Amino acid sequence: MKMSKEFIKGLYKENPVFRLMLGLCPVLAVSTSVNNALGMGAAATFVLVCSNTVVSIIKKAVPEKIRIPIFIMIIATFVTIVQLVMSAFFPALNKSLGIFIPLIVVNCIILGRAEAFASKNSTFFSIIDGLGMGIGFTLALSVIATFREILGNGTWLGIPVLPDTFQPAIMMILAPGAFITIGYLIAFLNWIENKRIKN
Amino acid sequence: MDFQSLIFIAVGSIFISNFVLHKFLGLCPYIGVSKQLDSAVGMGMAVIFVMTIASMVTWIIYNYFLAPTQNNLIFQWCMHSQGNPPDLTYLRTIAFILVIATLVQFVEMVIHKLSPGLYRSLGIYLPLITTNCAIMGVSLLNINENYNFIESIVNGAASGIGFTLALVLMAGLREKLEYANLPQAIKGAPIAFIMAGLMSMAFLGFAGLSF
Repeated sequence: MKMSKEFIKGLYKENPVFRLMLGLCPVLAVSTSVNNALGMGAAATFVLVCSNTVVSIIKKAVPEKIRIPIFIMIIATFVTIVQLVMSAFFPALNKSLGIFIPLIVVNCIILGRAEAFASKNSTFFSIIDGLGMGIGFTLALSVIATFREILGNGTWLGIPVLPDTFQPAIMMILAPGAFITIGYLIAFLNWIENKRIKN
Repeated sequence: MDFQSLIFIAVGSIFISNFVLHKFLGLCPYIGVSKQLDSAVGMGMAVIFVMTIASMVTWIIYNYFLAPTQNNLIFQWCMHSQGNPPDLTYLRTIAFILVIATLVQFVEMVIHKLSPGLYRSLGIYLPLITTNCAIMGVSLLNINENYNFIESIVNGAASGIGFTLALVLMAGLREKLEYANLPQAIKGAPIAFIMAGLMSMAFLGFAGLSF
């Protein structure tokens, strides 16, 4: 019971992007296409699960005062692994994600989960939490990317989905589209929440 | 290196590819600290300060410790300039985050000691800056763009000014927005994002700027 709760909370109730509003920089920057969004989501999920695992294993050995630098070093190690793997096997994706792959290291979600969850809970639950949060992050990223790619380019995952008569709104692919999309999506979720509380 | 290219870098980082509105770096403080004008100015000043110093320090670290050149100090000291210089660039993520975290702590201590007045106005924002992706971002961009030492410093300072400009503009708008009669769902972060989108659209106009 508790296991599924820890997993599901990351998807909606404590969704890192829409609810906690953490780690927004990569969300807005790489959501120009669903392909990039999935790549970024996979990279962040891998780092999140691995760092949660290691942090929960060594939590008793870490002195209270220097825990943050230690967590950052652990995260940086896994980010470097992701960076090397990506540049070796997915050079095109690596190029389009650019500096946002090394910047996973300063992503608030990862340090936030290490500090708030993994340093207090068992290894098993930390892995579940990391997976849930990572998938929630990927989901949010894909939703934003879906809107932007369809409206801005007329495609979804590179496949044309709108008729040829549709004029793509380039604005959605450019920077303003990202801000406006996420603004309206958060407003929409707030509206649903408010309705639910009222009932 | 001529003076004109420095001005070009500065104008590019402040207006054309603004750090927040075009490159999407440093969004957490942008949404989080933009509720009041005073704190926005304080945060902006702290970011300009740390960004300039961080660009300087990370440039030195990269070019003298990590890059595979003849000037690499590890190559000169440990290998006595024998053979090929080691390529340590894969360590840059770890090296940069360590340097930035240490640097922010150090700057905080120095300001606390030298200028208590400045510390009172900037102090509370400094710890927030360590996990600000803008600082790490500007260090990585300096390396990617192959800037030299002076260009890196100018780019660091100009990126910080660009960030402050966007933050202060946003804070001014949000202070006025307090009095607006908005629907419940759109209050707070959503309207801030939509406004950022409109500002970003306005900043796109600078893309046509040329000398």
